[in-house]
Amino acid sequence: MGTMIIDNKKVEFSNEKNVLEVIRKTGIDLPTFCYYSELSIYGACRMCIVEDKWGNIFTSCSQLPKDGMSISTQTPKLRRYRKNILELLLSSHDRDCTSCNITGRCDLQKLARRFGIEEIRFGELDKKLPIDDSSHSIVRNPNKCIYCGDCVRVCEEVQGVGALSFTHRGSDLRISPAFNKGIGEVNCVDCGQCRTSCPTGAITVKDDREDFWEVIWDKNKRVVAQIAPAVRVALGERFGMEAGEVTIGKIVASLKKVGVNEVYDTAFAADMTVMEESEEFVQRLTSEENLPLFTSCCPGWVKFAENRYPELENNISSCKSPQQMFGAVVKEYYKEKDKEDGKETVMVSVMPCTAKKAEAAREEFEVDGVRDVDIVITTNELARIIKEMGIVFDELEDESLDMPFGLASGAGIIFGATGGVTEAVVTRLLKDKPDHTEKQVIFKNVRGMDNIKESIFTVDGREVKVAIVHGLKNADDLIKMIKSGERYYDFIEVMACPGGCVSGGGQPSPVDTELRKERAKGLYKIDRTSFIKSSDKNPIVSKIFEDMLKDKKHLIHVHKK
Amino acid sequence: MLTSEMIETVDTIINEHDNNQSSIISILQGIQREYRYLPEEALNYVSDRMDISSSKIYGIATFYENFSLEPKGKHIIKICDGTACHIRKSQPILDALRKELSLSEDRITTDDLLITVEMVSCLGACSLAPVVNVDGVVYAKMTPSKTQALVRKIKEGQLSEDN
Ligand code: SF4
Ligand code: SF4
Ligand code: FES
Repeated sequence: MGTMIIDNKKVEFSNEKNVLEVIRKTGIDLPTFCYYSELSIYGACRMCIVEDKWGNIFTSCSQLPKDGMSISTQTPKLRRYRKNILELLLSSHDRDCTSCNITGRCDLQKLARRFGIEEIRFGELDKKLPIDDSSHSIVRNPNKCIYCGDCVRVCEEVQGVGALSFTHRGSDLRISPAFNKGIGEVNCVDCGQCRTSCPTGAITVKDDREDFWEVIWDKNKRVVAQIAPAVRVALGERFGMEAGEVTIGKIVASLKKVGVNEVYDTAFAADMTVMEESEEFVQRLTSEENLPLFTSCCPGWVKFAENRYPELENNISSCKSPQQMFGAVVKEYYKEKDKEDGKETVMVSVMPCTAKKAEAAREEFEVDGVRDVDIVITTNELARIIKEMGIVFDELEDESLDMPFGLASGAGIIFGATGGVTEAVVTRLLKDKPDHTEKQVIFKNVRGMDNIKESIFTVDGREVKVAIVHGLKNADDLIKMIKSGERYYDFIEVMACPGGCVSGGGQPSPVDTELRKERAKGLYKIDRTSFIKSSDKNPIVSKIFEDMLKDKKHLIHVHKK
Repeated sequence: MLTSEMIETVDTIINEHDNNQSSIISILQGIQREYRYLPEEALNYVSDRMDISSSKIYGIATFYENFSLEPKGKHIIKICDGTACHIRKSQPILDALRKELSLSEDRITTDDLLITVEMVSCLGACSLAPVVNVDGVVYAKMTPSKTQALVRKIKEGQLSEDN
């Protein structure tokens, strides 16, 4: 507690963890490259410098606020320093801005403009490092790296993976996976959180738009799209709308304009997952085998478990994720029709997630030589497709999803937020379906952004202990507690990204807890207004289980090769 | 390939340091002493056992000059290229050695893993320039032909006896 003087104004502070937070509270957008409130403080970029009354300069991100402290955020000296820092950063930075994947969204570019850098006094580096495109999800271009270390800290501190580190030293300093391998050859789980925190184009999402355009123009292809829940509450941000604003109607309209034949809802397949996974859970509860049951819908988590806890293989649900279930069902559904029409169905999924790209490419997701999912594009790639087409997104008339697979329950929609899968599965298992007011009470501990959430439900007279984690570091901590015997659960939901799919690696960035909450709110709002409350009440899902999947359940389960 | 011998060796080294994460540098030194370089399999094993990511271990191993990720020769010849040695013609010594052993800037160890040739900055013996250090022993006022003679001794297996 205390009072500071910032730019000659008195400012109260309470528990802000550094001077930077206090400054930002006053509405001044002090520039930073290496500060994220959720990560440890690194203090490397020096953009956040301030000057005290004696002319000393220090980084505000690494200084505790003190009572009576007096600082300025704008002085001739600070301006000169900041410009110098930017020029130095730019001097060793690749200069192909126009053809950069994130041009217009790059923090380095934004700050260079903001501080009026019109010319770089230093020559360009002639040594170019190779681009790492070994992964299905992300591409690393070390020539654009400014060594802020954000990716290193996210991967280590939030995801507990540590796929990237600072290596070598001096002028050879680099960000690299172990043994200078490609990021696709190490323990990276494709979550893309390093992308959402990278201020430059040094880490980008693998761009699959060309593949998309190719099938769109091909008259022999039936292009069928599925839209994941979290896309509809974030895409609008790229067009000036508020986070959490639901834009599914406009997404359908734009995809139709672009030339997609059928637009369906991944939440439909989420309903299928709920049905199948609940059945699996009940079986395991009865036989007391392979408990706890871990969810399988997040491919980042699945890969993390494979890398670090291979012994958990049988505890992870054998259900395919909604994306893959959807692909398998759609391919089966159009099989005959494709023959009649002489067409080939292509499954395109629009996902908030970079790991979904890697998931779709896994070798086991193929039935008789037909891939479940052919192309995965992220929310950001869809935004660029819409922009490329010149569609004025915010003015589009809403269109509705196609039938039959455009029908989903509210339970399927909330899959996109942490706790959503648990809520959907438990709702399915409860005999007396709760209404929305009751849900808010029953699922109070399941919703929200706490690192590890726990709850106890009574299903058929048996007490069921449930845990929910998001962020793989939290998952790792939880598993360690289970292994040590400190905790016991029957059901565990894991989402790799903090907040769940709403803050996946393919979503607009930067993201913080507030934004995650806004996006999640959007999903709960859809749930509140949806007329199908529970997955078992989705009539089309029931029909698919009765007819198509009657003796083809293998289509929706994982069969590892 | 991670062999059971390697696991045993690395386990011993890790246990000597009580599996303490902050002793990672000493542990790497121990491994390097054993294998004369840091084998990738050994580092991955350390990563699993000590819960330190292998990228971080790689970062440490590439930060310090003295760690090597490539197998090194049985004998290590260091040619000083500090200012004094450079002026007194250390470069021709290096060129002659590399030629004799078919090595280059990127290929510093002979295929039979007998000899590694490294260029280093000041060895701190400027008054003796140009100096060459073979397995820790300093040879003063060297010339290309004197150095070649040393190499022949190594090849004939006589050098270790001299020491
Ligand atoms: S994608 Fe995720 S796991 Fe891979 S390097 Fe980035 S943050 Fe780490
Ligand atoms: S890759 Fe991006 S996030 Fe990582 S250090 Fe470089 S600029 Fe920073
Ligand atoms: S934000 Fe303070 S040094 Fe980078």
